[in-house]
Amino acid sequence: MMKAVLGLEDGTVIKGTGFGAEGTACGELVFTTQFTGYEEALTDPSYKGQILMFTYPLIGNYGVSGERFQSDNIHAEGLVVREACKNPYHYKSTRSIHRFLEDEGKAGIEGVDTRALTIKTRERGTLRAALITGSDDGEEAVEMARNFPQISDQELISLVTCKEAYSIPAAKGAWKGSGNPRKAVVIDLGIKRNILKNLSKRGIDLTVVPATATPKEIESYEPDLLFVSNGPGDPELATDAINAVKHFAGTVPVCGICFGHQIISLAMGARTYKLKFGHRGGNQPVKDLVENKVFITSQNHGFAVDADSLEGTGLYVKYLNTNDRTVEGVSHKDLDIFSVQFHPEAHAGPTDTEEVFFGKVVKVLGGEV
Amino acid sequence: MPKRTDIKKVLLIGSGPITIGQAAEFDFSGSQACRSLKEEGYKVVLVNSNPATIMTDPEMADAVYIEPLDAKIVAKIIEKERPDGIIAGIGGQTGLNITSELAEMGVLEKFGVETLGTPVEAITNTEDRELFKETMLRIGEKVPLSRAVSSLKETEEVVEELGLPLIIRPAYTLGGAGGGIARTKEELLEITERGLRRSRINQVLIEESVLGWAEVEYEVMRDANDTCIVICNMENLDPMGVHTGESAVVAPSQTLTDEEHQMLRSASIKIIRALKIEGGCNIQYALKEGDYRIVEVNPRVSRSSALASKATGYPIARVTAKIAVGMTLDEIVNSVTKNTPASFEPALDYVITKIPRWPFDKFTTADKTLTTAMKSTGEVMAIGRTIEESLLKAFKSLDIDSQLGQKDWDAHEITTLLKTPTSERLFVIFNALEKGYSIKEICELSGINPFFVSKMKKIVDMEKRIRVEELTPELLREAKKMGFPDSRLSELTGKSMAEISDLRHAAGIVATFKMVDTCAAEFQAATPYYYSTYEDSCETNPTDRKKILILGAGPIRIGQGIEFDYCTVHAVTALREEGIETHIINNNPETVSTDFDTSDKLFFEPLTLEYVMNVIERERPYGVLVQFGGQTSVNLAIPLKKELQRRTDLDTVIMGTDPDDMDFAEDREKFHLMMEELGIEQPEGGYATSEAEAIEVAKTIGFPVLVRPSYVLGGRAMEIVYDETELQRYMKEAVRVSPEHPILIDDFLEEACEIDVDAVCDQQDVLIGAIMEHIEEAGVHSGDSACVIPPQSLSEETLEKVREYTRKIALALKVKGLINIQMAEKDGKVFVLEANPRSSRTIPFVSKAVGIPLAKIAAKVIAGHSLKDMGYTDEPKVKHVSVKEVLLPFDKLPGADPVLGPEMKSTGEVMGIDYDFGRAYFKAEIAAENLLPLTGKVFLSIRRADKPKLVEIARKLEAAGLELMGTSGTANYLADHGIFLDTVKKVHDGSPNVIDMMRRDEVSLIINTPTSRLSRRDGSRIRRAAVDFKVPYITTIQAAKAAADAIECMKKGNLTIKSINEYHAEIE
Repeated sequence: MMKAVLGLEDGTVIKGTGFGAEGTACGELVFTTQFTGYEEALTDPSYKGQILMFTYPLIGNYGVSGERFQSDNIHAEGLVVREACKNPYHYKSTRSIHRFLEDEGKAGIEGVDTRALTIKTRERGTLRAALITGSDDGEEAVEMARNFPQISDQELISLVTCKEAYSIPAAKGAWKGSGNPRKAVVIDLGIKRNILKNLSKRGIDLTVVPATATPKEIESYEPDLLFVSNGPGDPELATDAINAVKHFAGTVPVCGICFGHQIISLAMGARTYKLKFGHRGGNQPVKDLVENKVFITSQNHGFAVDADSLEGTGLYVKYLNTNDRTVEGVSHKDLDIFSVQFHPEAHAGPTDTEEVFFGKVVKVLGGEV
Repeated sequence: MPKRTDIKKVLLIGSGPITIGQAAEFDFSGSQACRSLKEEGYKVVLVNSNPATIMTDPEMADAVYIEPLDAKIVAKIIEKERPDGIIAGIGGQTGLNITSELAEMGVLEKFGVETLGTPVEAITNTEDRELFKETMLRIGEKVPLSRAVSSLKETEEVVEELGLPLIIRPAYTLGGAGGGIARTKEELLEITERGLRRSRINQVLIEESVLGWAEVEYEVMRDANDTCIVICNMENLDPMGVHTGESAVVAPSQTLTDEEHQMLRSASIKIIRALKIEGGCNIQYALKEGDYRIVEVNPRVSRSSALASKATGYPIARVTAKIAVGMTLDEIVNSVTKNTPASFEPALDYVITKIPRWPFDKFTTADKTLTTAMKSTGEVMAIGRTIEESLLKAFKSLDIDSQLGQKDWDAHEITTLLKTPTSERLFVIFNALEKGYSIKEICELSGINPFFVSKMKKIVDMEKRIRVEELTPELLREAKKMGFPDSRLSELTGKSMAEISDLRHAAGIVATFKMVDTCAAEFQAATPYYYSTYEDSCETNPTDRKKILILGAGPIRIGQGIEFDYCTVHAVTALREEGIETHIINNNPETVSTDFDTSDKLFFEPLTLEYVMNVIERERPYGVLVQFGGQTSVNLAIPLKKELQRRTDLDTVIMGTDPDDMDFAEDREKFHLMMEELGIEQPEGGYATSEAEAIEVAKTIGFPVLVRPSYVLGGRAMEIVYDETELQRYMKEAVRVSPEHPILIDDFLEEACEIDVDAVCDQQDVLIGAIMEHIEEAGVHSGDSACVIPPQSLSEETLEKVREYTRKIALALKVKGLINIQMAEKDGKVFVLEANPRSSRTIPFVSKAVGIPLAKIAAKVIAGHSLKDMGYTDEPKVKHVSVKEVLLPFDKLPGADPVLGPEMKSTGEVMGIDYDFGRAYFKAEIAAENLLPLTGKVFLSIRRADKPKLVEIARKLEAAGLELMGTSGTANYLADHGIFLDTVKKVHDGSPNVIDMMRRDEVSLIINTPTSRLSRRDGSRIRRAAVDFKVPYITTIQAAKAAADAIECMKKGNLTIKSINEYHAEIE
């Protein structure tokens, strides 16, 4: 059994059993309440800079199959669970979560009272943490956690964006509407595969560009739509993307998901702020204030758009979280600009809003839903 | 949309008696719905025939009708009460069926009653198999290929079309009753015939087999604004082929990927939208390698929704009721967090395991195979942080004789039992693992997912380590974290329970309590709902208030039914009224007692010494109440008292009647001496621990004798023995069942009238709730006998003697709280059979019959009030007659002989109230699904001893216009008395006999009293056929007489339709 220790910036030391690779991991300790979808979550680039903890105690039950990855690699810095399943079973599984972490060089700790840690996070707000496997030196872990920079001081986008632009053709014959398939430029700030899949399967030709792409570069692809992706960290640091949105707002339709939603709001003049401990899970209720409908959504965000700051931006609150009444989506009263804080593409999580969001994208492009 | 203001009065239909397939879950959902509607300001009218429910307490609704759940009677209630709306989906299948019938009869339209919540069409769309299939295909969902069949002829074609094996599901039945799996053409014909009989619309569905696929369930809710949420999903351990009520179930699903989970979740939402269900709904799927089929949709609250409510903390029934009156999910407050709306999906951070509880200890001849029809009577639920912990806690909660690792099968048996699911399936898997079977072999044979079997393997491996290794603090900690109870560690190490407990405490290994909060700790919650585990932090914050812990009753079994949950809830309510902080420990997910707002704190835990002590250690209550939870909690009284004495660090005491005094009543010899001192007569008796002793005792008393082991539930293994050979056979069996307890042998009082008394004593005065006269004679277990309040045939002298004895015994036993005494009257003499200083199963019936809440009064007495202070001194005088009748589970248990005896077999009870015995009995029989005929043919086959009493009965039946027929013996006897009837062949003489007539629907009532044990095959076949063909039947001469009286009465007058609130207002 490999030793392992988790140290928090408040001095908390938790000892457990290590799994995956031997090594260290530093980051914000965040929790998600989804009980399935650990492969999707681990490979979601939005978790860059964060140590991921599952509130559900048993993780890894159905093993790992590459089919469900949201990017090529694990992006979460480390994994904290009550129990990682050693003997998984699923007809598609090719390896255990232990093996997966080991292959990816990531550290995990199990045997942790994750509920107690969740309550601490809820009460104290997100804390920085360090996970060391192969050692149980708590003091060192606490020290590392304290020395690690705050998430708002970390430039994480460059670690997850694509190196150069690439294109994804629209699924053949999928475009419903007049004319040729429309073209969208996607600013990749660490995009999840399933967003790309959802756009292309609706007949949209995609050009994925790096986070640093300039308006000129984007213009060269003659987009019918600008899409801003999800991604890690503080949205205020995504200055290039903010500038791009500013440039195109009003000329081409702009939409985005999660981090992209925050960036669009910032570009339009709103403010964002860090939530106490964020929303991460597949059970978050949001209300469409226009249609008066409630949806269950998948979410993963630590920052949010300040509702009061929307005044004068042309944006209004379209979706509200009915739990804590934070902004979950905005739309522009005159322009084709809309974004959602939640994840309509799910993976992991419920797909209840997939058609609502991506259908709207198609409609904005002149297609039929 | 806010709640509707155009409706003021709502009718709720309960689910009737507890039966296999329909347990306490509907009392839980019904009482939640009542409260939910009342808190919104609606007037509630409630109908239910089951008195042992919280929902039929007079204060639960504005008018409570304890009347048969029969559409014609409910129609009369509607006519009288004029409700604006009816909610169909709260009372289970019974509620749905009655609502459908009322709609078909035009009653709802005539009186302007609107169906609230799920509309009748939605019910029809799911219940009618063909319509359901069409709807699913229309929205592009997958259902197993199938055909609806209304006659036996059609089965041939189905076999050609779909092949074998095939699944047969009758339309509109409870718990899949009458259904099954056919592997051969013969089986297909047999099951289809049975199924067609059971179905209300004479239709069964024969479908493609998805045997071996994984079975997964979703609990979904929808409101009128089309918001849909999934409360919880659940995964069955058994693959398809075993009814979900019969399978061990875990929640949430464990082996589904997110893709699979979301696929089924999305399908669920699509389905609930297509069916336009408003409220809760249960959907069952078969899943195999990414492909699925919809197996069943239940458009109502169900056993699964009760389990989901307890598993997640989300009150499905409460929210369903609010949706029915027009509220939307985002307008309803989540009563767990108190500050988030009900429009969210619960997140779990623990594992739920449910295991059913079967009655096979009672029905030794019944087939133990698990199929698509339910056979279990109840279930337990356990909460843990891992599969192992959850599973081990669930086993411990079952309260059965055998624990894991104690049973042994040979290789051949293991192979057979792994292939064929039976009630012992999990035990067999453990045994196979111990014997070195590989996970792969076990999974291939059983079809169970290797994920679960490998978890069981971990438990078996740990057991091996504990057996051979030294029990160091590290190993002990590991074992406790895995969920091993101290009792098992004691067995494995040879150390005593006390030693293990001390070792644990010395190493600082104590239970921590976690909260069930619907949100995996994401939000602060206000629920006082906890489970134990062994981790770092504990979330119960004990207050400084005076606290009392009440032990609940555990799973529903025969002999320990919902009555004890009723008593538990009443005790809690009474103490909370007194301002005492009241805690409950229980493990039955179906019940009101485990609703998180029933008590100040709920501990969802096994009911064993260790788990009770864990709560006591943490909460340090002032006292513990053990007398309300039936035998399960009573059995803990002495061990708990001893442990509390041993643990000098704890001040907690057992309140109410002292456990030693409770024990005194169980001790035959001591009790007998006490009766002698009090000058009270008892049947002659003795006890024996060996065969030789038994024969000696029986010879002194003289045969027949009544034999039974001491300390058992519901007269388990109790028998009337007529001679020495039978006694020898009995002793061999009984000693095996319960070697540590002696066998009690009593004179059997033939033809005596049995009497039951429920009373409360405060050690000064005795309040007699009521004296009940049994309809069936002594010898039929009191729990199976119908009884009546007030007594109909007992003299005032006898009653006075009964009262005197009750007072004397209660005071002599120093009872503080409840006492139930059973007596028998023969030739004017009163004998005391037994005294039980604790709650009894008749407490709810008595409380409702006489209008005083005995269990509450008892709890207040225990809390320190005197009966005098509270003004409860006189036995209430009633103007109406109340009859309790029982519900027998024979129709659900193929192979069991439907006959009454000293061993209890009934699962539930109903109550009939009216102004004379005849009508009250008639109502009780309707409610017990044994409708007495007013026209048609009555078949009589009576044993010799009963024949003299038959004459008057036959005359009455004849006078009432019924046609009589009988076997030659019975016919000849009656002919001698001037009553002439058609003779029907004995069954063994060939056709046409009475069974053929039943098959052709030519018999309206069977009266067949069994002859002696050896020659009863004929009778047994007749009774079995009556059950299978749903013909009303009577098996005792006393019941026949009551039935004749009832039929006579019915010819003269009409049934009274009155609420118990009205009846109670007339009581002096």
